[in-house]
Amino acid sequence: MLHIYCPYCEEYREEEEFHPHGQAHIVRPLAPESLTDEEWSQYLFFRKNPRGLHHEMWVHAAGCRKFFNMTRHTVTYKILETYKMGQQPSITAEDTQ
Amino acid sequence: MSNIVNVQSPLYHADFESLASVTKEGGVSLREAKLLGHLNLRGNSDSPEFKNGVEKALGLTLPLTPCTSLQNDDATIMWLSPDEWLIIVEGGQEATVEETLRANITGHFAVSDISGGQTILEISGPDCIKVMQKSTGYDFHLKQFPVGKVIGTAFAKSSTYIRRTSYDSFQLVVRRSFADYFWLWLQQSSKEYGLRITL
Repeated sequence: MLHIYCPYCEEYREEEEFHPHGQAHIVRPLAPESLTDEEWSQYLFFRKNPRGLHHEMWVHAAGCRKFFNMTRHTVTYKILETYKMGQQPSITAEDTQ
Repeated sequence: MSNIVNVQSPLYHADFESLASVTKEGGVSLREAKLLGHLNLRGNSDSPEFKNGVEKALGLTLPLTPCTSLQNDDATIMWLSPDEWLIIVEGGQEATVEETLRANITGHFAVSDISGGQTILEISGPDCIKVMQKSTGYDFHLKQFPVGKVIGTAFAKSSTYIRRTSYDSFQLVVRRSFADYFWLWLQQSSKEYGLRITL
């Protein structure tokens, strides 16, 4: 079971309390009506599936019910950091290469 | 037509009154703190208007440290999330307290009376920590879980808020619809220590 640090509760909690919510930092297009179908479908459906570091959203469902971001290694499952919504990751795949 | 509504606790059917007279011994005591006033408060803790308004209305400072609670003779206020608090007052007082909050806070905020939606189970006794440890993965050591701390966690796979009121007593804030499930769970998990119902 993963031990996850909730940046809002400011402590480690068990994975049971959390739910993953997919890729983080997806920015909604400012003018959706001007996008082509392909660009819109890229925004809606296409997600990264990296082998290595991944930034994803999680929600502390049984605790404070806040969404936050996590940098996790998809091979080792190691959680490198969790950070609040609106913040940028301090560890990215480029750093570790 | 009468406007009187007969309010029943969600554990009305369990008949704690009768059980209290037959269960005299046991390492775990259970009591339902029934029909209290529960108010859900939401707002921006960075706003001084909001913070001061709550303080003026309740005579309690708004707990801003995660997972803490504050209490005076009239009310208990629990931190649920960075912008959400639960206020527990005496049953019947919730409407007055809601009005006082509305009169004192300005700006963007929300107060909801959720008294009918949840109830509080108080579990205590020398063996109650063992029952808690069986039911949730949280660490119950006093260093990790001091008196007054409130955690939102999964208890018996259902979400609940747990507040420690002394070394060996806890309050569980549970949903009304889950009250019977918790009652069954607590009977089962405290069987080996003996369960006492108190009023």
